[in-house]
Amino acid sequence: MLLIECPYCGERPEPEFVYGGQAHIVRPPQPQELSAQQWADFLYQRDNTRGVHAERWRHTHGCGRFFNALRDTTNDHFLATYKVGESPPTGLRVPR
Amino acid sequence: MRDLSAARSPPLVSANTTLRALAPATRYILRGGPHVRAAAEQALGTRVPGNACRAFVSGERAVLWLGPDEWLLISPQASAAAIAALLGAALKDLPHSLVDVSHRQIALSVTGPKASALLAAGCPLDLEADAFPVDMCTRTMLAKAEIVLWRTGTEEFRLEVWRSFAAYVSQFLDEAARGII
Repeated sequence: MLLIECPYCGERPEPEFVYGGQAHIVRPPQPQELSAQQWADFLYQRDNTRGVHAERWRHTHGCGRFFNALRDTTNDHFLATYKVGESPPTGLRVPR
Repeated sequence: MRDLSAARSPPLVSANTTLRALAPATRYILRGGPHVRAAAEQALGTRVPGNACRAFVSGERAVLWLGPDEWLLISPQASAAAIAALLGAALKDLPHSLVDVSHRQIALSVTGPKASALLAAGCPLDLEADAFPVDMCTRTMLAKAEIVLWRTGTEEFRLEVWRSFAAYVSQFLDEAARGII
């Protein structure tokens, strides 16, 4: 079973987690100044990364907390997990 | 009409490993930041665990860590009003939430030398004593139901199960026990 490292609880089995979409998408501070297209892009446009992807996960059946993860979408390997508000760790080696 | 209820509810007691329902209790979910934790510790006179997945027992009260700002308080049934008053007064100036969930869930006890093997039938966590020591507690999954699992002794677990999942969980464990014990 795939183990995911929750930044609060440690390594836990995958069924306890729920995927939460791409991470680090900032809500525009002044939505009324955006065009409809820009607003639609913020709402709906997401990267479709082949390789390392920063994404949100929620430890739903555990501590209930959201956190961020760097995951390689080609082999499902989790490179790192980190708390919301922290910047993604750098200098990670992608195993092949 | 013939009473079939006995046939439908098989005995929940196996040779050495026992599954039984525990007495009703008072349960509160307390949520809040570090200040709330400190104030609750003072008001209750017990430790409120700051470490992940740890439970602390003091007399008849137990405080279980469920999340970085979430704790489950378990105490005897008669103490509901006392706890609400105590914490309500101590936390009145702090942003927090204190919710009575006494009737939301029931408690099951699994005891015996094969208790962890029995739970492992539906719970993917490592339940060996060094990975899941006494007084470790966590919300997790047992088969398809969400439970709070708390190791109260080397061969003793307490499960907090939502009332609507209780029949499913106890029947699942009973079924699993037939294969293991």
